[in-house]
Amino acid sequence: MSTVAENAAPAGTEDAAPQKTPRGVAYYPGCSLHGTSPEYDESLRAVVEALGIPVAEIPDWNCCGASSGHTTDHLLGVALPARNLALAEEQGFDRVLAPCAACYNRLASARLAVAEEDGLAERMPEILGRPFANTVEVFNAVQLLHEHGALIEEKVAASLAGPNPFEGVKLAAYYGCLLVRPPELAGTDDPEQPMQMDDIINACGADDVDWNMKVECCGGAFSVSRTKSVVRLGRSIVEDARRNGAEAIVVACPLCHSNLDLRQKAMTTRGEQPLPILFITQVVGLALGLPAEKLGLGRHFVATEPLIKDLVARAAVRVEEEKRLQAEAEAKAAARAAKRAEAEKAKAAEAGGAAAPAGAPVPDAAPDAGGDA
Amino acid sequence: MTSSTPNLATEIEAATGVNPATCYQCGKCSAGCPMASESDLRPHQVMRRVMYGSRERALQDESIWLCLTCETCSARCPNGCDPARVIDAVREIAIESGQARMPRNIGAFHKAFLEQIRTNGRLHEMGLVLDYKLKTGDLMKDVTNAPGMFARGKLNIRADKIDGVNEIKRIFEQCGVTP
Repeated sequence: MSTVAENAAPAGTEDAAPQKTPRGVAYYPGCSLHGTSPEYDESLRAVVEALGIPVAEIPDWNCCGASSGHTTDHLLGVALPARNLALAEEQGFDRVLAPCAACYNRLASARLAVAEEDGLAERMPEILGRPFANTVEVFNAVQLLHEHGALIEEKVAASLAGPNPFEGVKLAAYYGCLLVRPPELAGTDDPEQPMQMDDIINACGADDVDWNMKVECCGGAFSVSRTKSVVRLGRSIVEDARRNGAEAIVVACPLCHSNLDLRQKAMTTRGEQPLPILFITQVVGLALGLPAEKLGLGRHFVATEPLIKDLVARAAVRVEEEKRLQAEAEAKAAARAAKRAEAEKAKAAEAGGAAAPAGAPVPDAAPDAGGDA
Repeated sequence: MTSSTPNLATEIEAATGVNPATCYQCGKCSAGCPMASESDLRPHQVMRRVMYGSRERALQDESIWLCLTCETCSARCPNGCDPARVIDAVREIAIESGQARMPRNIGAFHKAFLEQIRTNGRLHEMGLVLDYKLKTGDLMKDVTNAPGMFARGKLNIRADKIDGVNEIKRIFEQCGVTP
């Protein structure tokens, strides 16, 4: 199975690539993963460790500026993320993993702006006060996990001692904005109907949900400054997921997560059951059999415990049911065999000395009819 | 179009490479805009103002500050007009020319956010929220969520200050931004 380092190399150089980036990929956690969403950081680290992907946090990284940066000044919105790319470059990495969708967007957008806008590449070292050649590629957690889909599937099957708790469970993949837009930056399979996260959900053994709000905006940065908009947008997302049978919503962005998790209380009416919001890394971690504490599942506002307990209980029931059906089938088969033997015995006795042709249709049909009844 | 002020469409094109006149007002951007129901000017209408050079009307409208930069408009534009980038540029020109009329809360948030980055190099959520509260006077905002966030390890008391904070200050200076 391919590694991240190999995927960073151009096609056809798979064998040579591991020497090129011996330390794997640079990791840019961003402020949210150090602040309001430590569970995304915890679950990501646990999952890459389980999958054997080496990641190294960029030393002394800075905030990407988020929407406040580029909304205020275009150049600032490029220069702040560019410093992180320069640091990764200095460390010798050729790929940066930015799990937060907003950070991913800012880093990738800075890379593109420096590559395409007149004079920016020349000005950047002066603005940053450090050398910068813009050589580092940016990718997000969904892309990382999707590249390792086959490995995840394999490891899920190998690492679970008991039944897979996700089998037959419906999870709604929510992409929001910045994992799919702008399409030239996001590198998604389809900006309107993306399937990458759905594929990862399937690799974990769960079922993806066909729903309408996959790529709608959650209200992003307005969580604090215009909460009413966030509640309005979030409500339509949660309601649509629920209507389409989702048991949880899966996200890959700390902003989407806090808007749907922290603000869900304000969205839920009519005594509805709250819908847990899981990070994609938590789903993969659970499917790999990692303990819930290692995945930060206790840090959510909408409790995840009832869902996880329910999944485990249902998996146990399913196993019992499978065992019962198997026992039943075995008993039926045994009964049929016994009947057939009896019929043959009777036929042999009835035929006596007369030479009946072997394999006559009548005795063969009799046990089947008995079995169906 | 007035002759005394620079032509907004030309200015936008110089800044973004997008020619606003290529917008044929189909309205697809506004149909998908998550904030359309809360905005006076919807994305295609902002494009129209820019195209006609109604400078004040475009720069002084509150709607450009309600844009979430979700990029739905740009992703769906059938003629590649990139309204999200245009709106970004309109906001920038509005700030530069002192005509920005951003809602107080949103302006305070951006300001507090950038101040956090300039001082620490990273965002300190607690500091951001406290600064935001002081700027808006909305002291009780989200107070009930704080204990829950703290208990879940989602709120750091201390700021995470980076070593290279002087580099960040330099970047702000070089870009001519003072939060």
